[in-house]
Amino acid sequence: MELTTPTLVTAAYLVTALLFILAFAGLSKHETAKHGNYFGIAGITVAITSTIGLAINRDGWDVLVFIVAAMLVGAAIGIWRARSVEMTGMPELIALLHSFVGAAAVLVAYNSFFEAEEFPEVKALYESLGTEGIHNGEVFLGVFIGAVTLTGSIVAFLKLSAKMKSAPLVLPARHWLNLAAVVVSLGLMAWFVVDPNLVPLAIMTAIALAFGWHLVASIGGGDMPVVISMLNSYSGWAAAATGFLLSNNLLIVAGALVGSSGAYLSYIMCIGMNRSFISVIAGGFGTDGQIAGEAKDYGEHREITAEEVANLLSEASSVIITPGYGMAVAQAQYPVAELTRRLRENGAEVRFGIHPVAGRLPGHMNVLLAEAKVPYDVVLEMDEINDDFPDTDVVLVIGANDTVNPAAIDEPGSPIEGMPVLHVWESKDVIVFKRSMATGYAGVQNPLFFKDNTQMLFGDAKERVDDIVAALPSKVSA
Amino acid sequence: MRIGVPRESKPGETRAAATPKTVEQITKLGYDVLVESGAGVASSFDDDAFRAAGADVVGEEVWGAEIIFKINAPDEAELARLQAGQTIVSLLAPALSPGLVEALAARGVTALAMDAVPRISRAQSLDVLSSMANIAGYRAVIEAANEFGSLFTGQVTAAGKVPPAKVLVVGAGVAGLAAIGTANSLGAIVRAFDARSEVGEQVESMGAEFLRIDVEDTGPSATGYATETTEDFNAKAAAMYAEQAKDVDIIVTTALIPGRPAPRLITEEMVASMKNGSVVVDMAASNGGNVAGSVADEKVVTDNGVTILGYTDLPGRLPTQASQLYGTNLVNLLKLVTPEKDGQFVLDLDDAVQRGMTVVKEGEVLWPPPPVQVSAAPAAAPAAPVEPKPVKVKDPNRKFWIVGAGAAAFLAIAPFLPEAFLPQVTVFALAIVIGYYVIGNVHHALHTPLMSETNAISGVIVVGALLQLGTGNALITVLAFIAVLIASINVFGGFLVTYRMLNMFRKA
Repeated sequence: MELTTPTLVTAAYLVTALLFILAFAGLSKHETAKHGNYFGIAGITVAITSTIGLAINRDGWDVLVFIVAAMLVGAAIGIWRARSVEMTGMPELIALLHSFVGAAAVLVAYNSFFEAEEFPEVKALYESLGTEGIHNGEVFLGVFIGAVTLTGSIVAFLKLSAKMKSAPLVLPARHWLNLAAVVVSLGLMAWFVVDPNLVPLAIMTAIALAFGWHLVASIGGGDMPVVISMLNSYSGWAAAATGFLLSNNLLIVAGALVGSSGAYLSYIMCIGMNRSFISVIAGGFGTDGQIAGEAKDYGEHREITAEEVANLLSEASSVIITPGYGMAVAQAQYPVAELTRRLRENGAEVRFGIHPVAGRLPGHMNVLLAEAKVPYDVVLEMDEINDDFPDTDVVLVIGANDTVNPAAIDEPGSPIEGMPVLHVWESKDVIVFKRSMATGYAGVQNPLFFKDNTQMLFGDAKERVDDIVAALPSKVSA
Repeated sequence: MRIGVPRESKPGETRAAATPKTVEQITKLGYDVLVESGAGVASSFDDDAFRAAGADVVGEEVWGAEIIFKINAPDEAELARLQAGQTIVSLLAPALSPGLVEALAARGVTALAMDAVPRISRAQSLDVLSSMANIAGYRAVIEAANEFGSLFTGQVTAAGKVPPAKVLVVGAGVAGLAAIGTANSLGAIVRAFDARSEVGEQVESMGAEFLRIDVEDTGPSATGYATETTEDFNAKAAAMYAEQAKDVDIIVTTALIPGRPAPRLITEEMVASMKNGSVVVDMAASNGGNVAGSVADEKVVTDNGVTILGYTDLPGRLPTQASQLYGTNLVNLLKLVTPEKDGQFVLDLDDAVQRGMTVVKEGEVLWPPPPVQVSAAPAAAPAAPVEPKPVKVKDPNRKFWIVGAGAAAFLAIAPFLPEAFLPQVTVFALAIVIGYYVIGNVHHALHTPLMSETNAISGVIVVGALLQLGTGNALITVLAFIAVLIASINVFGGFLVTYRMLNMFRKA
């Protein structure tokens, strides 16, 4: 029994690791996504049950009390949050969940350090394997990555839920501060590896917490898709570091999968903004003084009323809607879905064009539209739809700005130059839903608003779309 | 209001200013349409088809309509039929025919020139010059193929190898691009040249090689049309034409500068240097011609066997399609001047498009119109020239270097690592690679569920904390308890919220 249980658990971990890979593979397509989720649930169930078995086998049945108590409370909180969260609040929830992984990683790493200090037999085991120094390094790294993830995610959560200003925090010499944090931590690591004690570990923890806080505080709200995916990646690396220090292959595999997933998403988001990862992480958009601020005269914009838009839409045979964060803010996804349904009944082809960085989370717009029951096969990504704009009668730009800015293509020197954008202006008519003529997140004026075929519909996006839906039937039957 | 479509009187004109299809569209805008009997015969639309589309087929009364749609400018007899207050829409070439403009003004009519539409993107749908140039370019290649004694496409047959024809297209405007596309799809090797080097990309997109000469180009022009070129440019271009003339089988020239005689590009010597059996199509023959020896509306064969076609009625040689396109241009004009769709023709002279086309308004000459800038952001921008960002040229071998350096670095460190550590590194590295490829396939719409799934999966850190609960040390137990608790939030919350989201996605 004593020999077989750890073997069984190791085998169970392998099964779990494979199930996790299947889970991600399943998520690649709509058709198989649910199966992917089931694979993930199955995997974690196998992992947790076998680990509980191992714990009972090793520590006796008493430990079950703690396990059940902790997991019940955790499960209750998790289920409550998951059931009550609004789809528009998804970025906040995900940021919060990242911070939990970070916190857990810090706690587990500290525990591992205490274990080695308290129980000479554990220390002896590491010494016999010759991995004592490595283990110390792993503890140190685990705490560092975990702490950065923890505070970074908390700041992201605060910014996303508007409890903190989303503008980038610009401290003097902030790059030097970051560099100093890393260099000092490296020095402390050397100290800790040679002489493991609580002092360097605690100092580093404080530095890492502050570092994570500052890192995200100095990134602006519009870069949140990158930040969230970056923190996703960090949470994975934190789990992997924990796996190393516990010599647990399952944690290493799961952490590496999550870490590379987050890194890949960050990469996609950076391409979507035509910015290098370093420039996003190093802080705010254009804060290095590259804002082309001189107001260029683009001429006059034209306004349109909801009734006229309804008129235009009732005669259009093809419509593309390009939503942005503004749609989420105004909670306009339901009226937009209603409008889509009505136009489709009317025989028009209605599709959605989603820019990779629309919203505050990768894929955020898709989730909102799905929530409002827009079929996913009419929701296309930028590359799929960009060539179709010239054949489109009406484009509705709802709460998007920088992602539809032609300056990215035809104005060299613009801060968003080279960013891939949706070519909405190539269609016959463009209707831009906007609160006012203010600039978008990047602070760049949008020449789209002044194009001959663009008309502006001012006001709250939700109310305006409602107005259009209300104005539709009479026009259609006429 | 009534719109009259008379039969074209110009000899050889095959097009009509309306087709049954456009009649339907015009009727929808609230107008009544009168079509003169036989107006569509040459373009394969008979009177019955017009009647079926809702037009009244009439005789001479067609001239009584408030608005007259024509292809060609009215001749003497037709001018005499116009009455004050009437509106006539047709090709007028106002810049080249001041006499006609005067005569129209004398009749007290309003005259719109379909060939004076400003070149701005909004007006493209009514630009007859582009719609006609498009089919003319197509037809020019077809005419050349007709005269040419060989195949356009290269073939290897049992009877021997057939080399592909080489075609040079001069001038890459609408007509030139259409010619390039047609010649290319017939299988020829196509080269093209234009004084505006910025069209090079369009030329290449149509499948031709863009010939460049080494001089400052004329730059983007404010009107969208080509302008006249400099001496130096002309000399270098001529040298290039001379060289190409010896090599190619077909030359199509489309160089027109509005309001001026066409530039003479292909000289007698160049024509003389061409191979026997070569064909030259001069699409500018009506304005004096780009090619020495071309005669408007005629086919000329030179002493050395080169055929020069100077047809000026190329669009008219595709009468059905030409009428349809011209008619659609007119419908688009009507849409512009009938915003209420009530059959009332309202001319808005504040609109740059309508102002540009209006040559005469109720007897008052309005030609020439004030200039219209083509691009919305005027070319004044170069005031502050922005340094183009240097394009980073990535070394294609970069990947190999990175992988090689990484592997070397690892191999250098590995001997110093304890043996028990290496299997973990192995697992870690392989898992990263798997993660990268698996995640790379994830549909972008599922990125949010993907993230919540990874949240749940990174909650697996719970297994580490579970094993720390039973150590008996109070501090460790408390910390492990908290860790199990928050990791459980992730596991349960993450999977449940993923489940919720995935349930929302549905197919149409």
